[in-house]
Amino acid sequence: MHPITTVHYLALSAALLLIGTVGVLTRRNIVIILMSIELILNAVNLNLIAFSQALRDVNGQIFAIFVITDAVAEAAVGLGILIALFRNKETVLADEIDLLKW
Amino acid sequence: MLTDTILFYVFAGLVLGGGVLTITRRNAVHSAISLIVSLLGVAGLYLLQQAEFLFAVQIVLYVGGIMVLFLFVIMLVNLDLAARERQFNRQWLLALVAAAAVGAQIGYFLYRGKAAFHIADTGALAASGLGNTEVLADHLFSEYLLPFEIASVLLLVAVVGSVVMAKKRI
Repeated sequence: MHPITTVHYLALSAALLLIGTVGVLTRRNIVIILMSIELILNAVNLNLIAFSQALRDVNGQIFAIFVITDAVAEAAVGLGILIALFRNKETVLADEIDLLKW
Repeated sequence: MLTDTILFYVFAGLVLGGGVLTITRRNAVHSAISLIVSLLGVAGLYLLQQAEFLFAVQIVLYVGGIMVLFLFVIMLVNLDLAARERQFNRQWLLALVAAAAVGAQIGYFLYRGKAAFHIADTGALAASGLGNTEVLADHLFSEYLLPFEIASVLLLVAVVGSVVMAKKRI
């Protein structure tokens, strides 16, 4: 357990990814689903940085910058959709928005 | 290097504890605060891995930007009604089983492939004497120039799109 290796970071990243996935799949509140997506993107970034460090290659960090950019764009658009949705439907629960459901 | 090990476990605890609290709290503001703790833990892990620029970006952009945006929206949207409702949907057991199956696969893969991730020698990433930020800038503005510009267009589209969607009438 003592010397921290890449495997430790990968295991932590996998655990964070699973926490985020469970959040997306089980929660009803859309705000918290969006936060869980942020958790997943952070797990991806941890993975990229761990491999960047292990391979002595700076490209992983550049990819992490692009992932952060995408996370910002996703959060902005997602929260805009949420505000429009709340104005029209008066709900933030994902399973009450079932207009297209059979 | 014992300090590194202790710091790793401290930050990992922050990340996982904050993450679990984020997806289990009833109140969305509490979830956001837990997510901030988790993001700060991730920032600490970046620092441990000598990614100083990403450490700064993580704090300024995530904690200072995205989370403030989240808190704004939580205040803007009335969540009191949602907090009184059931918090988890009906498929939660199925979701947990599926996530556990994926977790078992990833764990098995990591266990079997452990030997492939040998510890590299601790030569610094920036062997050329440049700092982390200079090295990143060199790569970002030479070989990644086109993706960089496309990312800025993406941000412009996101800004325009979110304003259009959140505005009452255009």
